[in-house]
Amino acid sequence: MSELHTLIGKKWKKPPFIQRTWLRWTLLLGFVAYLVAAFMTIDVNWSRVYEGLERGKQFVLAFTNPDFTSRSGDIWEGMIESIIMTVASSVVGIAISIPIALGAARNVAPLPVYLICRAIIAVSRALQEIIVAILLVAIFGFGPLAGFLTLSFATIGFLSKLLAEDIESMDKVQAEAIKASGAKWTQWINYGVQPQVMPRLIGLSLYRVDINFRESAILGLVGAGGIGATLNTAFDRYEYDTAAAILLIIIVIVMTLEYLSGIIRARVQ
Amino acid sequence: MLRLDKLVKTYKTGDQALKAVELEVPEGQVLALIGPSGAGKSTLIRCINRLVEPTSGKVYLGDVELTDLSSGALRRERRRMGMIFQEYALVERLTVMENVLSGRLGYVGFWRSFLRRFPQTDVDEAFRLLDRVGLAHMADKRADELSGGQRQRVGICRALIQNPALLLVDEPTASLDPKTSRQIMRLICELCKERGLAAIINIHDVALAQMFVQRVIGLRFGAIEFDGPPEGLTSDVLTTIYGEEDWEATIETVDEDEDDVLEAAV
Repeated sequence: MSELHTLIGKKWKKPPFIQRTWLRWTLLLGFVAYLVAAFMTIDVNWSRVYEGLERGKQFVLAFTNPDFTSRSGDIWEGMIESIIMTVASSVVGIAISIPIALGAARNVAPLPVYLICRAIIAVSRALQEIIVAILLVAIFGFGPLAGFLTLSFATIGFLSKLLAEDIESMDKVQAEAIKASGAKWTQWINYGVQPQVMPRLIGLSLYRVDINFRESAILGLVGAGGIGATLNTAFDRYEYDTAAAILLIIIVIVMTLEYLSGIIRARVQ
Repeated sequence: MLRLDKLVKTYKTGDQALKAVELEVPEGQVLALIGPSGAGKSTLIRCINRLVEPTSGKVYLGDVELTDLSSGALRRERRRMGMIFQEYALVERLTVMENVLSGRLGYVGFWRSFLRRFPQTDVDEAFRLLDRVGLAHMADKRADELSGGQRQRVGICRALIQNPALLLVDEPTASLDPKTSRQIMRLICELCKERGLAAIINIHDVALAQMFVQRVIGLRFGAIEFDGPPEGLTSDVLTTIYGEEDWEATIETVDEDEDDVLEAAV
């Protein structure tokens, strides 16, 4: 009762995240000082920016007058190549990702398998697409084969990691019930695990198709085929109107994919 | 039929969940396992089908010793032990039928189960069981569309389609309302009698246990404190199992007929 008496009438505040006052303030002030110092090192050449504005303006204005026709053959070819790369790499990448994701989930795989699969994921995620593409272009030469392999490789890192995390956070009891019936490991995965992670797998796969398509536009810049090559050529020739046309097509396709994946994901919940 | 011999389970954290438990269950006996939360009730039944690996001791199901079995042999023995779970543990995105048929996974090959082409006898049996619990018309509904009581009925069908000799039942009525709880307990006990099954039922509700079972085991800190008929649960016994409390209201036996009249009125 006496304890309560001392508490009544006192202001209540949420306990701070960092208990020690001096440490809290040092970290905060240090961060602000770093931020200021970092901004001061940015060196802007204002006259260069002024010149560049004109080119920027042309580029933006090109969007009001995109030229779909004069390079339509190249655009069509590049687009088909990009779509083939996207579909092929997504299918192959997802097919490889699923077993790796199972291996990388600690509640499904034994420790040695887990470590190997996590290592594969780590390598795939550490190597940026462009770097992989440059390497593969050096090995396989210019063209969509290098792009296809790059995207498949990148898909593995992305999908396996996120799917493995979903498997790890699944409801253990549902899976346990299947195990208790005397199911084999494969049956256990099929009945106890797969239904739980299927919506996530579908959602991630659709998202990855979307990413692969956008990446296929970038990979052309390093010679790995697809619409990116056409886009790069257009920029090199200062044909901003053609470049704008290509970008608009990419935007429309990405938005269509986004719309479709929204519909599909809503249906598989 | 089932015999536990000095069964010990010590968790990695050092908690001793079971301390040399000795227990024998004869053919066809339904027993209730009561005790406070953390007494080791769940661990005990999970050690029997080795969803939890016992630290030491032996479990005999008939003549087979379970704790030394290889994983293949364990799978075959698990078919003889049906399990019913707290919170039902149905696979929510599968249909009712798939959930029931998942009880047959130990008997069919991978491709058959993957393609959902179960033998006709299994499908017929599933329909028979669903009809027995009054859910035959729900076969193609997804499990998460069902109410709690309905889900637990499906859970019961899934356990029974294994054609088990023993039922392991883990808190079947937790999260069910009092009326549904009684219906589920009654159903489990009736089905055990019909099929001559032995059952171990973990249960919180002492009064409910007394109403339906022939034998009660009281567990406290991983050791058996009471083993006897439900009438033997005096307030002294409950105090040893759970600790000091006013037990008179709990052990007052409820008149079943009166209960049915009440149900009819509702």
